[in-house]
Amino acid sequence: MSDHALVRLEGVTKGFVKGQESIAIFKALDLAIPTGDFVAVMGPSGSGKTTLLNLLGGIDHVDAGAITVAGQRIDGLSENALARYRAANVGFVFQFYNLMPMLTAAQNVELPLLLTPLKKAQRRTHVETALAVVGLADRAKHYPREMSGGQQQRVAIARAIVSDPKILLCDEPTGDLDRATADEILGVLQTLNRELGKTIVMVTHDPAAARYAKRTLHLDKGQFFEKDLAA
Amino acid sequence: MRPFLLQVAAVTLINLKSIPQRFWLSLSTVVAVALVVMVLLTFLAMSYGFQKTLSGTGAADVAIALRGGAAAEINSAVTRDQVRLIEEGPGIDRGADGRPLTSAELYLVVDGVKRSTGTKANLPLRGVGRDGANVRKGITIQAGRMFAPGSNEVVVGKSLASEFAGFDLGQTVKLGTSQWTVVGVFTADGGVFESEIWADAPAVQSLFKRENYFQTVRARLESPAALASLKQYVESDPRLKLDVKTEQDFYAEQSGQTTDLIQKLGWPLAIAMAFGALAGALNTMYSSVAARAVEIATLRAIGFGGTPAFIGTLVESLLLSVIGGIIGAVATWLIFDGFTTSTLGASFTQVVFSFHLSPALVLQGVGLALVVGLVGGLFPAIRAARQPIVAGLAG
Repeated sequence: MSDHALVRLEGVTKGFVKGQESIAIFKALDLAIPTGDFVAVMGPSGSGKTTLLNLLGGIDHVDAGAITVAGQRIDGLSENALARYRAANVGFVFQFYNLMPMLTAAQNVELPLLLTPLKKAQRRTHVETALAVVGLADRAKHYPREMSGGQQQRVAIARAIVSDPKILLCDEPTGDLDRATADEILGVLQTLNRELGKTIVMVTHDPAAARYAKRTLHLDKGQFFEKDLAA
Repeated sequence: MRPFLLQVAAVTLINLKSIPQRFWLSLSTVVAVALVVMVLLTFLAMSYGFQKTLSGTGAADVAIALRGGAAAEINSAVTRDQVRLIEEGPGIDRGADGRPLTSAELYLVVDGVKRSTGTKANLPLRGVGRDGANVRKGITIQAGRMFAPGSNEVVVGKSLASEFAGFDLGQTVKLGTSQWTVVGVFTADGGVFESEIWADAPAVQSLFKRENYFQTVRARLESPAALASLKQYVESDPRLKLDVKTEQDFYAEQSGQTTDLIQKLGWPLAIAMAFGALAGALNTMYSSVAARAVEIATLRAIGFGGTPAFIGTLVESLLLSVIGGIIGAVATWLIFDGFTTSTLGASFTQVVFSFHLSPALVLQGVGLALVVGLVGGLFPAIRAARQPIVAGLAG
């Protein structure tokens, strides 16, 4: 296990209760993700891929074990502390974009910046930069309903990177897109990883999507198996 | 602090901008609150209008003497001797001729017919002394002239003339067993006297066979402070078993029972309706939180706290309720403010008054709307703040 890992899971156990039955998702799971990595997480439905992202993102809690992100233990943090952790360290990209339909692209991208002390003019500059990175500088004033699925996901990526988080957590980011658009989005993620050094953890069912990552982890029966799909 | 306020502003903006997505549900809440406020304000405007009419009647420097224990003029009796003793009392102002400014009066109930409904109603006929108009302030003959002493002539208050049939200038009207001619219409600064028929006291005594007694004596005081000496004078004379008070206090007491009754009807009815509106508000806001579950969860995943979600939901609820409250207040004002009607006063005669919606009443109505909005939004707001992010993201 690397000592310089950006993300480190140690002995993480997580389960849920269904009726009278306790079902384990992870049992003593270990994982290390170094800074600048692009990890695809694959696995069958119910294997705990999204739960892993939720734990890394601080929106779900472990039953046991430790999660350290950027040197900070996040298991056991209070809700307020977790909110601060997410605001400072995590960018989420969701399968269905999760944009606010009543806000423009620029307003959506600005949302994470409202959690920072940046002034309005500074926020505007950051928003313009983020939209330019995803190739949507000319769509700032458009509402989500006026954009295609691919464009909406680009806006969601811009929202995820605008506050310069340490890690991007992408949950099936191309699951709602056609092949060509999916490739565009994955290209954007790859660029963010290669050129801007963003650490990305991406959950996907799609082997073609996983090939854009530097490595792929298969999650099954609560354990990881590493495979090389890029070759 | 600034990021927190920005979060609150952003969540509130998102909530408010999403209202059109729940337009009909939101509208139903607004309408329900508007109806609650309308009902409340209608009663309060009625109560306030009645109170204003009666309290606007009394003057602090006019004393009224009634039989001891009499709560209303109609229950009172004052003998001619007692009138004479009062006229000799201290602190009473005098006219240009040096005579004390007093008016011994009779107060009788006569029949009238309401113009709007054609139904019979009790009207007050007041026999006033020759200084009856001078003792009071603000009595002005608006049309015609004052009745001639000793004649079968009456002057009528402006409100009575407009609300009841047969009192137009020049008309002859049967009061009791005799015919009277309307020779004038008077105003009294909007006070209760505008709901009365006035005639010469001796003529009323004669034609209604009440020769030897009156019901009240009014006296213009040198100053409001002079009441104390007049009261002391009355209390110290065993022949004067009378209560003396200012006209202002007398009419405040008269209005009290009726306004209390109206308010005691109005508030419970409005509160009962408010529970209905509250159910509507709760339904709307729970639906709002459910409809925005993904948005709320997304914002919280980004790093927004639960408190902005709580405040944003509460603000939405309060805003819908305040809009309802304002609509209710405006509707009440448009429909009822200035609406003239009449009701039985303390002397079992009709008092004509206008509904009056004051800014203070509007505040009460909007305050009730805010309470509905606050309670209706509180529990959904708690749900919004405490909803697990993972569950919200799952939709």
